[in-house]
Amino acid sequence: MKFLDEYRDPEAAKKLAATIARTVTRPWTIMEVCGGQTHTIVKYGIDEILPPHVELVHGPGCPVCVTCLEMIDKAHAIASRPDVIFCSFGDMLRVPGSHCDLLEVKSRGGDVRIVYSPLDAVNLAAANPDKKVVFFAIGFETTAPPNAMAVWLAKKRNLKNFSVLVSHVLVPPSMTAILQSPGNRVQGFLGPGHVCTVMGCDEYGPISRRYRVPIVITGFEPIDLLEGVLWTVRQLEAGEAKVENQYSRAVRPEGNLESKKLIEEVFEICDRKWRGVGIIPKSGFKLKYEYRDHDAERLFEVEDIEAQESTVCISGQVLRGLKKPHDCPAFGKTCTPQSPLGATMVSSEGACAAYYAYGRHLDSKTNKAKAAHSAARDSSQLVRIGGRS
Amino acid sequence: MCLGIPGKVVKTYREHDVLMGKVDFSGVLKHVCLEHVSDVQIGQYVLVHVGFALSKIDEEEAQKVFDFLEGMNLLDELRADSPEPIPIRFSPEGVET
Repeated sequence: MKFLDEYRDPEAAKKLAATIARTVTRPWTIMEVCGGQTHTIVKYGIDEILPPHVELVHGPGCPVCVTCLEMIDKAHAIASRPDVIFCSFGDMLRVPGSHCDLLEVKSRGGDVRIVYSPLDAVNLAAANPDKKVVFFAIGFETTAPPNAMAVWLAKKRNLKNFSVLVSHVLVPPSMTAILQSPGNRVQGFLGPGHVCTVMGCDEYGPISRRYRVPIVITGFEPIDLLEGVLWTVRQLEAGEAKVENQYSRAVRPEGNLESKKLIEEVFEICDRKWRGVGIIPKSGFKLKYEYRDHDAERLFEVEDIEAQESTVCISGQVLRGLKKPHDCPAFGKTCTPQSPLGATMVSSEGACAAYYAYGRHLDSKTNKAKAAHSAARDSSQLVRIGGRS
Repeated sequence: MCLGIPGKVVKTYREHDVLMGKVDFSGVLKHVCLEHVSDVQIGQYVLVHVGFALSKIDEEEAQKVFDFLEGMNLLDELRADSPEPIPIRFSPEGVET
C-alpha cells in the first residue's frame, strides 16, 4: 500500500502557518473541541508555530475527563458487588472517584474487565447467565451508535442480565454553554470530526448563526488542524460566521443516517452533569423508557449517590477555554497524571494531561532535554512542527 | 476517545440478524459491527470506533490514518481482549482466520 504523509509534512505545515500569519490582522481565540485534536496540537506544537495573536484554547471534548464524579462513584458501587461483571473501556479504569479508582475496586476483588467494544460486553452477558454484566457507557456522539447497538441487541436477545451505566455527553450544548459563559473568550471553533461523522453538520449551523462564530469541522492530523485554523481565521477576518467542513473525507453533511436512527430508537436527550463544569441542560443521552430494564442506575439503585469535587482544581475554567493548564497552582505539583485532582488531568486527552505528557510543566532547561529526547524517539515516523524540539 | 481506526474488511457474516465482519487492523483481527455501513464489500476499508464501523473510507486514507495513530501511540484499544480472540494465520494469499 502506498504511504502518503502529506497530513504530517512539516514543510506544508510551515507554509500553512505562514498563510495564517499573513491572513490575521488582529488577535483571535479559537477553541478545538475534541480531546484528540488537543492531543495532536500539544504533541506537534501546532499552537507554537501559529502567530502569537492566534491563540488556541482547549475544549471539553474528552468524555473520560468530563464524566462526573458521581457517575464514577456509581460505577465503583456497582463494580464492587459480588454478582457483577463490570466492563469498561480501558481509559476509565484509573479515573479517580471520591475514594478510589476501578483498578482498586478490582484489586479488592471486584470483577472489572476492560473490553474493546460494548458488543463484547453483550456477549459476556450471554456467556455468564448467572452474573449481572454492566457496561460503563460513556462517550460523545461518536460512541453513541455502538452503545445503542449493545443495548438494542441485549433487548433483542432477551439478555436481562445486561445493563449499561450511561454517561453520554453531547458536543453542541457544551459549545453553547461555553459561548454563554461570562468572560467567554472563544471566537471560533474547530469542530469535532468523528462526532460529525455520526451526526453530520446540521446541528452546528444554529450555533454559528446565533452566536456569530465560525465553526470549521476539522480532522485530527497536524495539517487538518492548521487548515481548520486557517479557514476559521479567514472567516473571522472577513466578519463571517458559518459552518465549514474541512474533514469532508470522513464527514458527510447528513452524518450516518442509520446510526442517527438507532440513537433515536434507544436514547433520549437529558440534562447532564459534566465534571469540572456542572449541569448543562439537554447535554446528554439517557436510555428511553422502553429500555429501562437495561438501565444499571435504576437496577442497582445508585441514583442518589452524590460527590464533592476538588476545590483547588481549575479544570472547569480550562474546559471552557478561560485558563490554560499552567495557570493552575496545582498543575504538575499536587496534580499529575499519577494523582489527578480533576477532569483535565484524568485522561491522556485532557488538556492538563497532554501538557504534562509533552513536558510543558517543566522549566525551560529540563524541557529542552525532554523535548530533545521525545523528538529523537519519534523521529522515525513523526516530525514535531513547533519550536520546542 | 472519539478515535476512528481504519481497518480492512476480510469477512462478513450475520449474527443475531446484525451485519458483522472480521476486520484487519494491520495484522490485528477484530469482530466489528458493520450494520451501519451495510453496503460494504470484502476488501474495502472502514473507520472503526470501539468495534463499530462508522463509515467507509478509501484505502490511501486508511493507511495514512493508521500510521498516524500508531505514531501517536493511540492504538491501545485494539489490545483490549475480546471474549473470543480470533486466531490469526497467514497464508500466501494473505490473512486467514
